Amino acid sequence: MMNKRMNKPILDVSGLTMDFGGIRALDHLDFDVQDKEIVALIGPNGAGKTTLFNCLTGIYRPSSGDIQLVCPETGEQTRLNDLKPNKITEKGMARTFQNIRLFSRMTVLENVMIGRHCRTRSLILGAILRDRRTREEEQETVNKSYEILEKIGLAGQVNEFAGNLSYGAQRRLEIGRALATEPFLLLLDEPAAGMNPQETAVLVALIRQIRDEGHAILLIEHDMKLVMTLSDRIVVMDYGEKIAQGTPAQIRTNREVIKAYLGEDVG
Amino acid sequence: MITVKGVTPIDGISAFRRLFSCKKNKKIICKALKRSLLVSLWFVFLTFPIMVIKVNPVERTVSWRWGNIFYVAIGSFVISLLAKAWLVRKERLAARQQAAACPARDSIIHDLLQRPGYRYPLIILFSGVALVFPHLFSTYQANIMTTALMYIVLGLGLNIVVGVAGLLDLGYVAFYAIGAYSYALLNLHFHLGFWAALPIGGLLAALFGVLLGFPVLRLRGDYLAIVTLGFGEIIRLILENWNAFSKGPSGISNIPRPGFFGVEMSLDQAMIYMYYLMIGLVILTIFVVNRLQHSRLGRAWLALREDEIACQAMGIDKTRIKLTAFALGAFWAGLIGVIFAAKTTFVNPASFTFMESAIILAIVVLGGMGSIVGVILGALILILLPEYLRALSEYRMLAFGAILVAMMIFKPEGLIAGVRRTYCFQGRKNAAALQDDE
Repeated sequence: MMNKRMNKPILDVSGLTMDFGGIRALDHLDFDVQDKEIVALIGPNGAGKTTLFNCLTGIYRPSSGDIQLVCPETGEQTRLNDLKPNKITEKGMARTFQNIRLFSRMTVLENVMIGRHCRTRSLILGAILRDRRTREEEQETVNKSYEILEKIGLAGQVNEFAGNLSYGAQRRLEIGRALATEPFLLLLDEPAAGMNPQETAVLVALIRQIRDEGHAILLIEHDMKLVMTLSDRIVVMDYGEKIAQGTPAQIRTNREVIKAYLGEDVG
Repeated sequence: MITVKGVTPIDGISAFRRLFSCKKNKKIICKALKRSLLVSLWFVFLTFPIMVIKVNPVERTVSWRWGNIFYVAIGSFVISLLAKAWLVRKERLAARQQAAACPARDSIIHDLLQRPGYRYPLIILFSGVALVFPHLFSTYQANIMTTALMYIVLGLGLNIVVGVAGLLDLGYVAFYAIGAYSYALLNLHFHLGFWAALPIGGLLAALFGVLLGFPVLRLRGDYLAIVTLGFGEIIRLILENWNAFSKGPSGISNIPRPGFFGVEMSLDQAMIYMYYLMIGLVILTIFVVNRLQHSRLGRAWLALREDEIACQAMGIDKTRIKLTAFALGAFWAGLIGVIFAAKTTFVNPASFTFMESAIILAIVVLGGMGSIVGVILGALILILLPEYLRALSEYRMLAFGAILVAMMIFKPEGLIAGVRRTYCFQGRKNAAALQDDE
């Protein structure tokens, strides 16, 4: 592998295994994500990509293996295996969902404000007394949320209910909500699924912009054009195992990958 | 005769005229007529044993009142038709609104409260009426009103748990009982006064809210409802059977009324004092609940109601948010429990049956989940109406059920739909100017 990198990875997964009863959904998976890098996770349906995401974000508890998250600024290292989802988000890794999970009866702004929850502190007494600190914090929450909405191009629909947005806009709002938690690593689960080419183009530009602003991105995607143009590195999975990893150029010609997608070559 | 609330005859008739005026509506009308016919036949069948057969056990005769069949048939037929017309009209209105892409209309009350021109006069009017109420009417009326005010606070407390955080709690009465018994027992054993017991009762109930919260953290929906229901029964059964602790079914009597700097009060004065106390507590509750709902915490509750997994993935500590909801909901029940004990000067487990939980829940659902104005209205209707309908007291539960069923059909979102105060963003400089509606 050419990837002998000098800097330490921000996400380091080693020997990750996940069993559901007798079914092994993830089998000794090893991979890492570097700072400010776009890594794509591809594989046929049922390969275990979303299971991997759920393990990383604490929704499932992995059967064995190790997930380490390293904050690029402080160098603080955390083992994520036994942490709750909200703790993991607090540590700096946020995600979106394959099937959109917005708070549809809350406004666009409020959705993003929810993301700010773990970065703010006010409690019951602050809420009742509404003292200066609480008011300032609330104001800051609103301002920062609005900035994110401007970035993802939804500032015009700030007071709209999230459920009333178009499909592409809902996908972008999910990314915005995740960004509001101030992550250094963003996990996107099929961000372009169901989008038309125009919406996909907007999304690609947005993902690039997010990377350039200093976030690393790990994404699951079936749109190969998007994956090939966007990612720095690709990890390919099949039946819970990693079958290949490398640059888009390497993956394109990898025999294992072609076999996984198209089936065995006869002869 | 059962009447369906919510359909005024004028509404129905005007809707009908419109229905008949258009030719393509004929199909709809035919269908409605057919269905109404079926409904009336069904009602005839259902009410046959009570409306037609009359057994006289003294003279050992059975009289058949066949004439009643026609009343039932015609009555249910007309009501069913009116209901159909109302629903059709509502559907059309919604369709037209959607076509015009105008946002759903707020309820009139919310609308009025939003406009400062109406808001303050309305508030002044209400507080004026509230202030002179016990002097205009008899102490008996003031007493009933005090009870209604207590249920307002109970409803607002449960509203935090059920309406805002979306956790269906059927054992809310347990916290009410805990508040009442904590005052009764503290007074019995330590001679603690009302004002000292009030916060203690509230805090104890909140503590029990957390205790209940822990085991049910993983549960949602139906499962949560069953467990909370069980919790409510456990508390009542403990109070009923642990004689050494709670004096069992005979209860605790001679609980002192609230004092007012040691002033001696007659019974009437004490009642009126209680009334003003409750007015104060209601205002405090509205203030606190309103602020809680529109804070970082309130937002998190709403998110929890919407989607638990996404909520957690966004960094919200589900455990903490749920427990705070349970504790803050239970706190108000505890306070009202203390007041209940002081008001009746007597507590026994019979006051804290599941029926109480059901009524408080009905207040929240009928009033409109999540809406403070709705809950207030719901409490006033559900508590005052039966009092003034004493003459019909035998049909109370029948009417109660009929109203709830009718509500679910015609206004499933409650009397006042829970219109939420959302952040209305108006530019960055004066960002998040809050749009008031409650």
